[in-house]
Amino acid sequence: MDQQDITQAPAPASRGARRPRPSPALVGNLRRAGILYPFIILFIVLSLWSGPFFTKVNLLDILDQQASTLIIAAAGTLVLVAGGIDLSVGAIYALAGVTAAHLALFSSPAVAIIAGIAVGLGVGLVNGVITTVFRINALIATLAMSFVVSGLASLVTGGNLVIDYSRPGFADLARTSFLSVNTSTWTMLAVVVALAIVLARTTAGRYIYASGSNSEAARLSGVRVQFIRTMTFVISGGAAALGGVIDASRVLSAQASNGETTLTFTVLAGIVVGGTSILGGEGAMWRTVVGVLFIALIGNGFDLLGLNPLYEQIALGGILLLAVGADAWSRLHQS
Amino acid sequence: MPQPPAIRGTHAELVEVTKSFGGVRALDEVSLKIARGAIHALVGENGAGKSTLGKIISGVLPPDRGQLLIDGEPVAFRSPREAITRGIVLIAQELAVVPALSVAENVFLGDEPRQAGFVNRRALRRRYAELAATAGFELAGDLRGRGLRTADQQKVEILRALGRNARLIVMDEPAAALPRPDAERLHQVIRRLAAGGTTVVLVSHFLREVAELADEVTILRDGRIVRTAPAVDETEDTMLSAMLGRSLGTTFPARRPVPAQAKIVLAARSVSAPGVHDVSLEVRAGEIVGLAGLVGSGRTELARALCQAQRITAGTVTTSGGKLTGGPRGALRAGLAMIPESRKEQGLLLGRPIAENVSLASLSRLSELGLVRRGKERQAVATVLGQVGVRVPAQAAPVNTLSGGNQQKALFARVLLAGPRVLVADEPTRGVDVGAKRAIYELLSSLAAEGLGVLLISSDAEEILGLAHRVLVMRAGRIAAELTGDAMTEAAILGAAFGTPEIGRGRGA
Repeated sequence: MDQQDITQAPAPASRGARRPRPSPALVGNLRRAGILYPFIILFIVLSLWSGPFFTKVNLLDILDQQASTLIIAAAGTLVLVAGGIDLSVGAIYALAGVTAAHLALFSSPAVAIIAGIAVGLGVGLVNGVITTVFRINALIATLAMSFVVSGLASLVTGGNLVIDYSRPGFADLARTSFLSVNTSTWTMLAVVVALAIVLARTTAGRYIYASGSNSEAARLSGVRVQFIRTMTFVISGGAAALGGVIDASRVLSAQASNGETTLTFTVLAGIVVGGTSILGGEGAMWRTVVGVLFIALIGNGFDLLGLNPLYEQIALGGILLLAVGADAWSRLHQS
Repeated sequence: MPQPPAIRGTHAELVEVTKSFGGVRALDEVSLKIARGAIHALVGENGAGKSTLGKIISGVLPPDRGQLLIDGEPVAFRSPREAITRGIVLIAQELAVVPALSVAENVFLGDEPRQAGFVNRRALRRRYAELAATAGFELAGDLRGRGLRTADQQKVEILRALGRNARLIVMDEPAAALPRPDAERLHQVIRRLAAGGTTVVLVSHFLREVAELADEVTILRDGRIVRTAPAVDETEDTMLSAMLGRSLGTTFPARRPVPAQAKIVLAARSVSAPGVHDVSLEVRAGEIVGLAGLVGSGRTELARALCQAQRITAGTVTTSGGKLTGGPRGALRAGLAMIPESRKEQGLLLGRPIAENVSLASLSRLSELGLVRRGKERQAVATVLGQVGVRVPAQAAPVNTLSGGNQQKALFARVLLAGPRVLVADEPTRGVDVGAKRAIYELLSSLAAEGLGVLLISSDAEEILGLAHRVLVMRAGRIAAELTGDAMTEAAILGAAFGTPEIGRGRGA
């Protein structure tokens, strides 16, 4: 899916290297493969242990449940690679969900969906502008925005659950089945593939890597770093909104407390567990897909095997620390 | 200090030390004696093994085979910490001064006089004063690390070493980032250390520095010692030819005259910017204009203002492509490219592939409908890398796997691929070895011969004199002098840079 890492795979450069690099092959391979091996192992283990796991229904169900998370994480990957971070996706998800659900009550589903996504794009633009033009740290800026946006979502609903059972047309966005797969999953695939191509194959993708790797070098090379970073926030906002609208459509309801911090951190955890660096400049879309699905498999496995869900969180936290630790360690041994 | 300078003899000795990195022998059965209280220089090209040797002496790296003896006793350091307990300290090229702490706090970092868990500030000040007096340094202990000049940061490192009772200090490229007067000051410090009985091992690219400063010189080539000799028996030329294994003719390529009717490709009119006051200059096609001056004289600020990386407060910059607007992007479009001062901080995407680094400024030309044409890109990158003389194992390898010299050439490749008409090169040979320096000189010279206008900024007066057709000297943000023809001398450059002709004459070449 991604060329960035494939092209990095051969490391014959070490042949001519004169400086010491502790077992460069090991460090490089571990970093490159990252979460892929644990993911495959977990997948095989679950297939063997749990009968219901390796069934079409269960696997499609996982994809369908993860559709919005994957969409948001795919866009979040662009933000992280460009050197930013977006903590407002959970709040945007909620605001877009309730906006669309609310509008669906008295207008056409199309209007509701478009309005919901437009709200996300707008918040993303605000995020981009305050982090680039006003140079407020992205972490703080998007954290602050998440409160503002959550508040707006509560204003839209008045604190109530918005129920669209009377408007089944709104459900078509997520629930239409095509080739026995839900549209929500198709939409997710389309978004993930599109963003993967953007990151790996386009000039914009190169500029995203450059902005995150060394913003001053990128600027001196004619890259519009501010614009590129702003666009990643806009895409992230749009994706968070799309996720919110899809989920509202799927369950024909929405409330202001949907998503919130849990979603934000699940998305971030998926990206980071996949091996995309939190410091920018390194990462790939396939990593995010594998990372998000890895976390989903853990949850699914706990369910199917009937394990105490309390341990799920502990396991997840441990894995996240390992992932971040591996990233820091490999950076340390790179330079 | 416990060690009277009178006691001479061998301080450190290496016996048949071998060290390999991934199959490459960095040191091959090297045997060497370093006399107590001597300034012993290690010279050689990048990769000759001099830094590795310094690191083995200071315990940063263990030898694969061979023996290190300190004061005649065999030692096997497992860490720099163990070396410190034997009085051996390495001062690395990258200085480690904490910006938020004072000079005195930096010097005693990790070793502060304590009382019930709190730093005893009075004792700290007293100890600092004693130490500075012993070393003969004038550096206020209450200055903040932030904003210290590089030379003063060096002093902090040296005091830190002395504060730990260092009797042997290994200095890796101490003067690499220093302008001439600061380097002079550092040299005095090093001489004073040696006079006080401290042994100094000096790893250096600067042959003149070595010739001026060292008592003994060891020349390395490809991990072997070519010879160790008293410094008085060596000259820059003898050292250089020993390092390279062949005698070099002239160090600089021949200068081709600029045609009288050559077009002006860069013109600055009364440009002011932070650190730059009312500067006007012109560069013509095929001309290399040298821009000299002390660090802090506004050279880099001017370069950044010309390339629109820094906002101009007054005046205009025009190229043959028109008046510049719109930041570095606009400048690049108008044909003005820059090699920035620091390739790591402002130049390269270190973890990214070589190809991405080289094509970054030319991607729009190498793509269609926003998609990068990879075949086209690979070809263009290969061509331009060949042009600048870098052979890469794979374009996909991260750029930080290249040596310093090749990293710098990769930056040139990026700039050339963008097809500029003017190039502003800020310290293009900083931190690269002699061979790469020569290659960069050739490159600049041939680019100029092909009609590129070059503004060359350098702290190395020789470099400017060897390459430039014309020299501008900056002082306090203004152009202090323009030197042409016979007036282009090191003395004249220094005189103009200081604003005191006497100093310049006194240090003339």
